[in-house]
Amino acid sequence: MARQRAVSAETAAEHGLSAEEWQKINTILGRVPTLEELGVFSAMWSEHCSYKSSRAHLRSLPTTGSHVIQGPGENAGAVDIGDGLAAVFKIESHNHPSFIEPYQGAATGVGGILRDVFTMGARPIASLNSLRFGAIDHPSTSRLLQGVVAGIGGYGNSVGVATVGGETYFDAGYNQNILVNAFTLGLVRHDRIFRAAASGVGNPVMYVGSRTGRDGIHGASMASAEFDQDSDEKRPTVQVGDPFTEKLLLEACLELMESDCLVAIQDMGAAGLTSSSVEMAGRGGLGIEIDLDCVPQREQGMTAYDILLSESQERMLLVAKAGREDDVKRIFDKWDLQAAVIGRVTDDGLFRARWHGEEVTRIPVEPVSTQAPLYRRHAEEPKHLNELQELSIASIPEPSDYNAVLLQLLASPNLCSKRWVYRQYDSRVRGHTVVGPGSDAAVLRIKGSRKGLAITVDCNSRYCLLDPYVGAVIAVCEAARNLVVSGARPVGISDCLNFGNPEKAEVMWQFQQAIAGIRDACLALSIPVVSGNVSFYNETEGRSIPPTPTIAMVGVLDDVSRCLAQGLRRAGDVIVLAGRTREELGGSEYLATIHGTVRGAPPWIDLGFEKALQAFVRAAAEEGWLRSAHDVSEGGMAVALAECTLASPERLGARVDLEQGMRADVLLYGESQSRIVLTLDRQGWPRLRDRATRDGIPVEIIGEVGGARFEIGDWIDLAVEDLVAAWEGALERALRVVA
Amino acid sequence: MKWGVLVFPGSNDDQDASWALSEVLGQEAVALWHKEPDLKGVDAIVVPGGFSYGDYLRCGAMARFSPVMQSVRSFADAGGPVVGICNGFQILCEAGLLPGALVRNRSLRFISERVKVRVENADTAFTRRCRSGEVLDIPIKHGEGCYFADEQTLDDLEARGQVLFRYVDASGEPTPEANPNGSLRSIAGVMNVRGNVFGLMPHPEHDVEAMTGGEDGRKLFRSLIDSFEQRSAATAPRSSAAEGRP
Repeated sequence: MARQRAVSAETAAEHGLSAEEWQKINTILGRVPTLEELGVFSAMWSEHCSYKSSRAHLRSLPTTGSHVIQGPGENAGAVDIGDGLAAVFKIESHNHPSFIEPYQGAATGVGGILRDVFTMGARPIASLNSLRFGAIDHPSTSRLLQGVVAGIGGYGNSVGVATVGGETYFDAGYNQNILVNAFTLGLVRHDRIFRAAASGVGNPVMYVGSRTGRDGIHGASMASAEFDQDSDEKRPTVQVGDPFTEKLLLEACLELMESDCLVAIQDMGAAGLTSSSVEMAGRGGLGIEIDLDCVPQREQGMTAYDILLSESQERMLLVAKAGREDDVKRIFDKWDLQAAVIGRVTDDGLFRARWHGEEVTRIPVEPVSTQAPLYRRHAEEPKHLNELQELSIASIPEPSDYNAVLLQLLASPNLCSKRWVYRQYDSRVRGHTVVGPGSDAAVLRIKGSRKGLAITVDCNSRYCLLDPYVGAVIAVCEAARNLVVSGARPVGISDCLNFGNPEKAEVMWQFQQAIAGIRDACLALSIPVVSGNVSFYNETEGRSIPPTPTIAMVGVLDDVSRCLAQGLRRAGDVIVLAGRTREELGGSEYLATIHGTVRGAPPWIDLGFEKALQAFVRAAAEEGWLRSAHDVSEGGMAVALAECTLASPERLGARVDLEQGMRADVLLYGESQSRIVLTLDRQGWPRLRDRATRDGIPVEIIGEVGGARFEIGDWIDLAVEDLVAAWEGALERALRVVA
Repeated sequence: MKWGVLVFPGSNDDQDASWALSEVLGQEAVALWHKEPDLKGVDAIVVPGGFSYGDYLRCGAMARFSPVMQSVRSFADAGGPVVGICNGFQILCEAGLLPGALVRNRSLRFISERVKVRVENADTAFTRRCRSGEVLDIPIKHGEGCYFADEQTLDDLEARGQVLFRYVDASGEPTPEANPNGSLRSIAGVMNVRGNVFGLMPHPEHDVEAMTGGEDGRKLFRSLIDSFEQRSAATAPRSSAAEGRP
């Protein structure tokens, strides 16, 4: 090496590397690393990039299936949806940056996930997001929510990708660590999918997109540590987004992929130029040499270290075919973007970077991944969890006024209308959106085909706190149910696993339990996990977030004109409940909102029954027997039925009678799983009932659609307009913002 | 009829406009790239929605200087029909082809939703398929859609029938609550004096199919197609000879 700098175990510790990891680096290199090399290792071996605490467990997830084209390990997963087309999708977290700087954190989260999808050659057509904030009355919540929503809209709207749905939750467990999980789905022909493995020794390595600046240096490492009181000082690690450049990059890359100049391409995301070079070389079993002086730079006086680790946004690294450099440049020139040759593919298996003529890194690529730290961290069930799971329903006082309870629930932050949020998102650009925000799932048409796609994102972290295994099972089942009630067949999952500090045994236990839950539910329902992301260290001053394994799921509709939504459609239709109500209240929104307590076991779930129920409803939807369908989830039967009225285009009321046999509050607000509310023409009831009997699904008529009142048994009797008044505008009132 | 849809690097709704024209309405639609002054012999031009050149400065402030816009100006000066939707409306105002300006929404937030607009003048090439006073249900999606002009300009626009759309409530009244962005006099769309350039914030190209929300937007495109066909019939050699028109 040309220059040796004073790098020691202390420098390594400052980079977040353990003594053991420091030793390993010395062994791999056979010498002390340069500062630049240390930077490369610390980024590549950060939790964020290396999955060192989670890798061993993630392997247990089912990732294969006859229609899986690309499972985990690439920029995004890909699933065959027929007609030669693939759906390419992924969900990713941008939690830490969004807490530090909500607008840019959320905006660049959207930018990153868009690049992951179009790097595969897919045109992004829709995005979702899963947002979790602290208690609605926490002093930071309103500011963070406004910043995050504006950031998501500011980026997605400008790039021109529709934001078609998502979820927004509030819980004091996120007071110091909000979650921003962004999902994007794109479409591509099977034969046009691009991957990120370098090949062809001597092929040029090219840099395209924005110039490199000093922003976001060590963002990956920042996202791999807890927050403390000085977290505000981490603002410089947050990147700044430029959606216009992203739009140019998107169009230019898709145009490049239509040519035959390209060998491989990868987004410069976390750990920037370093991870994209090392990963592309690693996947191809080759080496890469780059000249950092050739990297387009935004400012003067940058060091090799800065350039290697900058996380400036809207940049791509690609391997082109030798001799086609000018063709690549011509395409980027059309879009007013820079394209520079910065190096070439080599056969020496090394990542070599030069700066001012001197070699500053000389790292064998293979060991960076094969010898990356892998931890099987100690796991232990949290103390007091058993205690927390105890719930005596008899000890919960029965409300005297069920009308008031329903209105209070409909106005609560987690159940009220989220129109204030999604009104800030362009949900229709490029014309795919058949069902937009505010429904169980968004439904997209595929132009030039009868087919459609349904997408949803779900997780009830309260259940996961009380029992992470069951909570994760329910998250998968509920996501699938949301697709099924839209008329779709689930085909793939992308998961975003948000947890606290994995070095703590209780957090690791939560993580392992959640993985087991996802695995069992995926196996039972035959849905593979094709992409995902793990976000640890969502923890501040020792307090961890509730375990939050967010499940994004994609489904296919063979005939998109048969898609369903939750809103009541025609007066006189019968309302049918498919599934059983059990006597359970654990972890319910009712307990939290009305009684101020989060305890009990989450609802019981039987995967065999869930599967049968979903098959039954999907068949009924495909036969065209149903007019509407809605999953019963947070808030129970009463809230689910109210949502059917609130989503009704004509705001139709309903008259419902529920069979008694348990306490009214349990019947109305318990969150028993595997229940779906259907409406259909009365004449269609006999065939639905016969089919249900054959399939072993309990069904019963519980009411009828119509009128301007919303009534359930002797307990609830409200004007529809009262429901509307409670539900609409509640979020704005709570946040004290104007519509 | 041959339509040209401008494509700036940050255009987003150009594909929707082309789809609506070609796939839904059976028209010929060609893309007109911002760096090319050639209008390819089109009969009408759509300046689509999006963020032309990023619009970090002021919406449409840079787009007005693009090569293609110089040709659009000549095309409009020669009487060619031009429709600017959303960002297109902003660009036409910046270019001076339409009066007034579009400033940030009153709420300072981006707004995406369906709104109701009332047709104020159905006796134009752009609205002839509508009835005066008819209420259309149509989507908007913008951060800077608040129409602004001085009082004199507004009075002139009203007097000459240049206000084509106004935001209204379900009963057809232009109430403050029904005005999503704070536009002066609830103006959602205006036409130039000559009657060949029209700008509007609502998105007719997103409203041409029931499956994706509605079909009211078709009426606007159909109006222009009708106008064109009538003019073509009138100027065709045989009919012009028969009717003695130029």
